[in-house]
Amino acid sequence: GKPDPSRSRPSNLVRVPSLLLAVRAHPHLLLAHISVFHFLAHCHPRTRKAMMAALSVARSSCRLINGLRTSFRSLGQVKHGAVAVAVPPTNLQRDCRWYSVSHLSVKERIDRKRTAALVGGGQKRIDAQHKKGKLTARERVELLLDPESFVESDMFVEHRCSDFGMEQDGNKFPGDSVVTGRGRINGRLVYVFSQDFTVFGGSLSGAHAQKICKIMDQAMTVGAPVIGLNDSGGARIQEGVESLAGYADIFLRNVMASGVVPQISLIMGPCAGGAVYSPALTDFTFMVKDTSYLFITGPDVVKSVTNEDVTQEELGGAKTHTTVSGVAHHAFENDVEALLNMREFFNFLPLSNQDPAPMRECHDCSDRLVHSLDTIVPFETTKAYDMLDIIQTIVDESDFFEIMPSYAKNIVVGFARMNGRTVGIVGNQPKVASGCLDINSSVKGARFVRFCDAFNIPIITFVDVPGFLPGTAQEYGGIIRHGAKLLYAFAEATVPKITIITRKAYGGAYDVMSSKHLRGDVNYAWPTAEVAVMGAKGAVQIIFRGKESQAEAEAEYVEKFANPFPAAVRGFVDDIIEPSTTRKRICRDLEVLASKKQINPWKKHANIPL
Amino acid sequence: MKTCHKMGIQTVAVHSDVDSSAVHVKMADEAVCVGPAPTSKSYLNMDAIMDAIRVTGAQAVHPGYGFLSENKEFAKRLAAEGVAFIGPDTHAIMAMGDKIESKLIAKAANVNTIPGYDGVVKTAEEAVKIAQDIGYPVMIKASAGGGGKGMRIAWNAEETREGFRFSSQEAASSFGDDRLLIEKFIDNPRHIEIQVLADKHGNALWLNERECSIQRRNQKVVEEAPSTFLDPVTRRAMGEQAVQLAKAVQYSSAGTVEFLVDSKKNFYFLEMNTRLQVEHPITECITGLDLVEQMIRVAKGYQLQHKQDDIPINGWAIESRVYAEDPYKSFGLPSIGRLSKYQEPLNLSNVRVDSGIQEGSDISIYYDPMISKLVTYGATRAEALARMEDALDNYVIRGVTHNIPLLREIITHPRFISGDISTNFLPEVYPDGFKGHQLDVGTRRELLASAAALYITAQLRSQKVLGDLRVSSSPVECSHWELCVQLEDGSHSVEVTKSGNVYTVEVDGGKVEVSGQWNLASPLLPLTINGTHRTLQCLSRDASGRILLQYLGTSFKVRVLSKLAAEFNSYMPEKVPEDTSSILRSPMPGTVVAVSVKPGDPVAEGQEICVIEAMKMQNSLTAVKQAKVKSVHCKPGETVGEGDLLVELE
Repeated sequence: GKPDPSRSRPSNLVRVPSLLLAVRAHPHLLLAHISVFHFLAHCHPRTRKAMMAALSVARSSCRLINGLRTSFRSLGQVKHGAVAVAVPPTNLQRDCRWYSVSHLSVKERIDRKRTAALVGGGQKRIDAQHKKGKLTARERVELLLDPESFVESDMFVEHRCSDFGMEQDGNKFPGDSVVTGRGRINGRLVYVFSQDFTVFGGSLSGAHAQKICKIMDQAMTVGAPVIGLNDSGGARIQEGVESLAGYADIFLRNVMASGVVPQISLIMGPCAGGAVYSPALTDFTFMVKDTSYLFITGPDVVKSVTNEDVTQEELGGAKTHTTVSGVAHHAFENDVEALLNMREFFNFLPLSNQDPAPMRECHDCSDRLVHSLDTIVPFETTKAYDMLDIIQTIVDESDFFEIMPSYAKNIVVGFARMNGRTVGIVGNQPKVASGCLDINSSVKGARFVRFCDAFNIPIITFVDVPGFLPGTAQEYGGIIRHGAKLLYAFAEATVPKITIITRKAYGGAYDVMSSKHLRGDVNYAWPTAEVAVMGAKGAVQIIFRGKESQAEAEAEYVEKFANPFPAAVRGFVDDIIEPSTTRKRICRDLEVLASKKQINPWKKHANIPL
Repeated sequence: MKTCHKMGIQTVAVHSDVDSSAVHVKMADEAVCVGPAPTSKSYLNMDAIMDAIRVTGAQAVHPGYGFLSENKEFAKRLAAEGVAFIGPDTHAIMAMGDKIESKLIAKAANVNTIPGYDGVVKTAEEAVKIAQDIGYPVMIKASAGGGGKGMRIAWNAEETREGFRFSSQEAASSFGDDRLLIEKFIDNPRHIEIQVLADKHGNALWLNERECSIQRRNQKVVEEAPSTFLDPVTRRAMGEQAVQLAKAVQYSSAGTVEFLVDSKKNFYFLEMNTRLQVEHPITECITGLDLVEQMIRVAKGYQLQHKQDDIPINGWAIESRVYAEDPYKSFGLPSIGRLSKYQEPLNLSNVRVDSGIQEGSDISIYYDPMISKLVTYGATRAEALARMEDALDNYVIRGVTHNIPLLREIITHPRFISGDISTNFLPEVYPDGFKGHQLDVGTRRELLASAAALYITAQLRSQKVLGDLRVSSSPVECSHWELCVQLEDGSHSVEVTKSGNVYTVEVDGGKVEVSGQWNLASPLLPLTINGTHRTLQCLSRDASGRILLQYLGTSFKVRVLSKLAAEFNSYMPEKVPEDTSSILRSPMPGTVVAVSVKPGDPVAEGQEICVIEAMKMQNSLTAVKQAKVKSVHCKPGETVGEGDLLVELE
């Protein structure tokens, strides 16, 4: 992923003169720009240690910065060490005095720019945004973050396009079409960008991308999550390839940050074309019902190419992506609900891969017995029950944040807490398709397991799986390689892994579901557990082929295998526990496993069967 | 069974498939499964139960409250096997089990009876004719039944026909006997019953009355003993007639003689239940007798230990029947589900809970939806009522809809407190159906304040991340908030100030002080609101500020938002819910018994579309408007869940 310098340089060369012009006109604006370069130059050695690929980007920028810096020095006034935001204004004024016509007018200009930045595309467009049932970029940030915690950066950045009349004053908006900065959610650091639909429809300019990249880089250096609030019409066509380059710059950072800091995308408006790949690269994509869309090409293009008639909502609305495509992980009713839920969701996440899973004050007793679990598994092995009932009664305060609740419902994944500590929960859902593993559920489970593993979140797995789903649809769709993903994810995970077999654990699916053989730390079976190659009926047909008394043979098989003993006598489950004690056991185990250290062999990166 | 354990008697429980982990099975020394879930194949299956008796070598059978408890066939077969039936002799069951016969016997024993037709009604037309002779309103009921099943009231010929049809179907399915009878329906009556206890030596006692007037669809909801209505003279008169009747049929064991009492304290014999009643604990409370123990003694052939003068009225006892049903739908339509959380208020003194279920139990469509009998006792009625309030507030039931909102409203209603009740209490007090507790200015403030305080508690807790050095050490912990709390009636601006565990909430121009332990994991929220102790329950809480709070028995949907979020929320579009007037959904889980329409049929407003049976009750679903049937999504015999689409209209 080394960017072609021949691509970035010419565009940078264009930038330099215009920047210098800006500097002459507004010395304070200079600060903002220089602090970007200054920051990049400084972060450079640290980044090198962390990753090689990001380096090349930084390096190419640095070359440019050094060039710029010399040109500033030649002016003899601004020392680069003095250009931090924290520099007292008196100093600045003295240093910059001779660029300004008057001290007052600069202040006025600053105020004017700030005021302009705060209203984005103007009151009319804000009203239009509200009329659509959407909040503005700034309102969203305000609601997402703790009161008064938002620290904005690049409020003065403007686009640099001079074609198609874009250079005119009326077409420049301080801050351009995105609001960026950092803030806190319940006191915990987070970086945020929020695309502003009121400015050029939120379209992505070079400056817009640069602002996003800046906060992403900062998030990486300090180790804090990035939340993106997407509401953008797409690339800024007037800027041409500069806009495309901007996307690529963001994509690269998404990839570099993957597994380093949690990245969350909240789609709150359109997000179309190449732009969709940024959310797709992040860890979680949430959508707002009825007002957000994600698609590669819109309904018009679809019509002209494939002659299909489809609405925006059907093609890429929240319902489509949360139930059919599996692109989005959750959908919320409206902007307010989405943002409030995002705050709640954020509480579960560690700040980076160097931080432990957060532990919140817990009011639920860790040794609480859950009596209702003793009767939850029905006596008939073919009868369904709701795995969510088990999960909700075991976790702290029944607080379970389910991921992808409407997609591949035969597996349940999501976040919860045990004695205050965040855990990831994976469970087969007997209520849907008997809880079997198929293509979609394997992929859903695998991605979730890998997220937990990347961010030090212990995984608790509840197993009731009759096996992989048979059939041509599954085989042709590649269940073999997709099923392998879940196997792979569980096997490579080094976080604490606790497994509870509630009922069936049949065939290959038994192995897959965080079994002892895949380095499960603690594996429990409930008395109702049945660990075997297959169910009694199928097994008997093979073992006793042609034998008369099938029923008798079945009974023998059930007696032998439809119980937890075969696994327990071999040590493949550590204990057979009373279901009511499950919460207590898990909480105790997690305490012990908090210091678990396990390292996989060195590799450049693993090769998961994609 | 508790009594048996106390008396040193070993016990065997019989159960159906689905009840194999029920409480009675666990309490018993032995348990025998007598068949699958439907009652006709298990608890009403005499062959299976007789087998169970033989296998275990049981010497006596206590038949409980329902099912075979008043079945003469069963008593006969037990007698033939030489097994004692803990209850009256076969002939008494036979005599009293049949309502027509019992009325004749009562008449002969000089017991006051209600005018009516003393015979079996065969056809709907005959029913109409008889009804006209007696004069409307009339009551149509199953000859073999009890407990309100197969019972209908008719005010005109049309309703008589409909009632006849339903009652005979219900009677057939519940009791396997579709004979019906008709009698004059006494308007505005009280239902008061006398507990009797008789031995095999001709001795009989009356153990005072139970007031069971609070009923819905002729099933009791709240009972108390004694009644506020009876004076000692009436009580004695009723008691003596009850004993006369018992003696007339040579009754032995415990039984109940039910009377209807009109406003002039005239009383009429209704029927005699030859079994232990569900509401017997309140009689035990005020008399100090253990009725089950007495029944076992009598069955053994012992003489009664007490004399009539030994039977006291000590204090006051109230029983609430806690049902798994939705009180907002005709005072209670059955609901089903799994009791995900269940906690009885046994931490309170003088509270007794008799239940056959436990946390994790399934409330299925096969049996009665009763969760428990909640009994409170006090030296005075006011004390017993106050305890009942407290007990209902502390009763945790999650996973099924229950009738605690209704129970709590009844026992705190001024008419109930003053004793001004009749069997029409519910329809009179709630003519438009039960709507839950109606808030006044004061209680609304309390509710809003509690919700706001709970919200802030949860918000503050979110900031308590343990052992994380990277959390901002914000200079001062915030102690003042401006919130917007939304109730059904609109938004309220709320200001909250916190100091320690005490929240001072300014709302609607008033100040409310709320304090408590604020445990966010506990289902109970014991709070002190303006100095008064109140237990609220938090039923659910979500990230977008929605809180479901049970306050004064009723659950209220509250939404708490910061001022900012509330302001932004005003931009959010209202999402339009689907038009329900042209869609008929099942109001409860059950079985479709009949579908009266097919696609293309025109239907009039109020016309029956289909009939759903749940918990042995048949419910007719009607069209809410005149329309044409678009599509039918169910067929007879199908099991449907609550909210399932049944029929679409155009």
